[in-house]
Amino acid sequence: MHVSKFWRELPQRYRLEGKRCSQCGKVCFPPRDICPICNSNQMTSVTLPKSGKIITYTVMHTVPSHFEIFKPYIIALVQLEDGTHITTQLTDCKPENITLGMDVEAVIRKINEDGRDGIIYYSYKFRPVLKNLKKNTDKKPILQYDSV
Amino acid sequence: MIPKQPVGIIGWGAYLPQYRIKVETIATVWGTYLERYTEGLGVEEKAVAGPDEDTTTIAIEAAQNAIKRAQIESSELGAVLAGSESPPYAVKPTGCTVAEVIGTTPNILAADLEFACKAGTEAIQFCMGLVSSGMIKYGIAIGADVAQSAPGDDLEYATAAGGAAFIIGKLDGKAAASINASSSYVTDTPDFWRRSEQPYPKHGGVFTGQAYFHHVINAGKQLIKELDMKPQDFQHAIFHQPNGKFPEKVAKELGFVSEQIRVGMLVNTIGNTYSGCIPLGLSAVLDNAKPGDNILVVSYGSGAGSDAFYIVAQDAIEDKRELAPTVQDYIDRKEYVDYSCYAKWRRMIIGLEAKR
Amino acid sequence: MRKVAIIGVGMTKVGHLFSESLRSLFSKAVRSALEDAGNPKIDALYVGNMSAGQFNNQENIAALLSDFAGLNGIPATRIEEGCASGAGAIYNGFKAVASGSHDFVLVGGVEKMMDTSTCDATSIVSTVTDQEYEAFLGLSLVGINAMVMRLYMNTFDVGREPFAKFSVQMHDNASKNPYAQFPFKTSMDKAMNSNPVAEPIHLMDCAPLGDGAAALILCPEEYAKKFTSSPVEIIGAGHGMDTFIFHTRDDFLSLKAIRDSARDAYRMAGITPGKVDLMEIHDSFSITAFLTIEDLGFVEKGATGQAIDEGLISLDGPLPVNPSGGLKARGHPIGATGVYQMAEVVLQLRGQAGARQVPGAETGLTNNISGFGASSYVHILRG
Repeated sequence: MHVSKFWRELPQRYRLEGKRCSQCGKVCFPPRDICPICNSNQMTSVTLPKSGKIITYTVMHTVPSHFEIFKPYIIALVQLEDGTHITTQLTDCKPENITLGMDVEAVIRKINEDGRDGIIYYSYKFRPVLKNLKKNTDKKPILQYDSV
Repeated sequence: MIPKQPVGIIGWGAYLPQYRIKVETIATVWGTYLERYTEGLGVEEKAVAGPDEDTTTIAIEAAQNAIKRAQIESSELGAVLAGSESPPYAVKPTGCTVAEVIGTTPNILAADLEFACKAGTEAIQFCMGLVSSGMIKYGIAIGADVAQSAPGDDLEYATAAGGAAFIIGKLDGKAAASINASSSYVTDTPDFWRRSEQPYPKHGGVFTGQAYFHHVINAGKQLIKELDMKPQDFQHAIFHQPNGKFPEKVAKELGFVSEQIRVGMLVNTIGNTYSGCIPLGLSAVLDNAKPGDNILVVSYGSGAGSDAFYIVAQDAIEDKRELAPTVQDYIDRKEYVDYSCYAKWRRMIIGLEAKR
Repeated sequence: MRKVAIIGVGMTKVGHLFSESLRSLFSKAVRSALEDAGNPKIDALYVGNMSAGQFNNQENIAALLSDFAGLNGIPATRIEEGCASGAGAIYNGFKAVASGSHDFVLVGGVEKMMDTSTCDATSIVSTVTDQEYEAFLGLSLVGINAMVMRLYMNTFDVGREPFAKFSVQMHDNASKNPYAQFPFKTSMDKAMNSNPVAEPIHLMDCAPLGDGAAALILCPEEYAKKFTSSPVEIIGAGHGMDTFIFHTRDDFLSLKAIRDSARDAYRMAGITPGKVDLMEIHDSFSITAFLTIEDLGFVEKGATGQAIDEGLISLDGPLPVNPSGGLKARGHPIGATGVYQMAEVVLQLRGQAGARQVPGAETGLTNNISGFGASSYVHILRG
């Protein structure tokens, strides 16, 4: 993949940035310029929650080109805390330990690389929650509504 | 070196991959007498990076944990400095990727540092200078590695993956610890090196050990003398851990007892994480220290040099502990792999690249 | 709008046809259809093809294929809609005739997949998914279907057996189809124990890779009797869509594109599902067939397994599904599949389906979808 193609999606891949419709509240990931529900173009940037639950998953054995070194790997449909859905790889877990509805959290990992001399593709993946932490009460709420 | 404006560690965070390989497994493959490493070097097992992990991903999670404990907004960070001897790119800083992920770009100073195993502690020193001078409000200093060693080499029994990060800021009520002073002891010593195009480092064997002792002991002695303190004044001492025996010898030489180095000694169960070693040891101590505890830290980087620090735990430390996973949480999370899996992940199998 | 009839059918066998090229495959199907129709003069051509650009490094193929098929000089258009390219070609050809734009229209589909490795072919097929938010993560089309299959099994408390039974039925049907890629029966044991591809989908739940081409000749119904004694009329057509990325769907166990296209086709045809005598549906994976049968309105959500257990989808049952053997056993040369589906229904409605004939077939339905139902075509035919 050309470098600009990967670079363009960095806010999504690194920070789970989506867009929220100011008119009807629909949150889109990946982000879009036109709301799919009410057709508004008043879409604002939003950072999605970094935790959620597994809705369903698969274990990939026959894999696309360039993913052979990683097989078998797990891909899941996750519902984030705000109800938005995301497709993601799961990491740091074995298929036999996954249950539907399990809590997972986002991490940044290598998805792939463009050969040993090409760029490295980092992206979100999700893993079983490592530890239930004390909530930091000083922090702002999860959804942060930034610039248009 | 004493910062003009007092500075401290506002937040700290660690990361270890979940995979482990036992020294016994490696020894079996190479036909090595096991006790040479378990008894002789005091290492039982080491942390192994998974196939989707590298220095950058380790640095990112350590940084995110440090931010959780610091209880600051990423936008308040003025510098992201990542120290490693295994950055995924020779040219293209890990610091940039970390800065982008944690949301500090574009108004940020980001860079990579290199000095073998002490690249992380230098990052702390540079952040101290930037903060103390008033140039930035907060800086993050990261030490992380996916340490390399040639297959079958002595180093292979200990080289491990992991890292930790520290947010440095002005010393105020939010600080978990103060960094009162630092000093470095550096010479040009060819004890352990890696040429640019080579995948694995080379070393001088026993000479490398001598270089370690020379720099660590002198750096430690120098700082304690400058501070007009005695070893007994410190509740914790953390010395660089290429294996489990060297730090014990350093401690004895400097006048410390085993109990003082116990909390920061991780090499036995996680191996030597190179630039992550001292940062992880310091994180483990901060996970456990009580307000008022005096902490001596002496790192070592081949080439060669040692950075020594005098750190004091503050009142805010106790409330910050549970805001992120502790080093022990990461140590407890483990999954063993065999040598073939380890070799595949470390790309040690000839012909692997032909699949691409 | 004029009524539209089908007067000619042509197709190649499906398989690993190394001696055939993209153009030779299409030419063969065209020649067959023309011969079957009595050689009418063709006014326009619509050809469905998913990815000659990637499989064969060849674009601009409407011009290429019309030229080499002996139809140089007439307006030729390539329709690309992923796995629904074939039905897309038919739908556009149908509209051209119905609207009066053209009289004799050849609609065809072709895919030449086997000049690539299996790995590369799988990756190319997955370009129908979202390249940034699905394929980038190492997810393929089979992976999406697999996630749905697990959710379906969990939601409706269904095991893998009904899915395996479906594959067995497909092979049973294909064993009577000379055009099929796999014209042989299989067993429950083989279907249950084939290698996992993306769990819980196993190899025997998946349509294969293969080459093939099929063609139909459409004309206004009023002219049809001049060319054939058994014209088949397209009495309903519908084209439905859904959101592109699977995780943005409202319902993970139902395909809105199928529901919408079916609704429009039934309405145009003036019929309900109960009037359908047989169907050719898009079983890219056995789970896709299950959702399709339900979303077309034939059984309740979650009840397809039970329908299969009771033998309802067999050739002599009340609801014959894929008498050709479906994508699973007839094969799935992607851009051609939609045309193969309709070719089969035409043969069935003419009574020319030989050993796999569904008795008394009068009304047939085809459903061709792209990816995991981003778009769907339903056509209804009467013989």
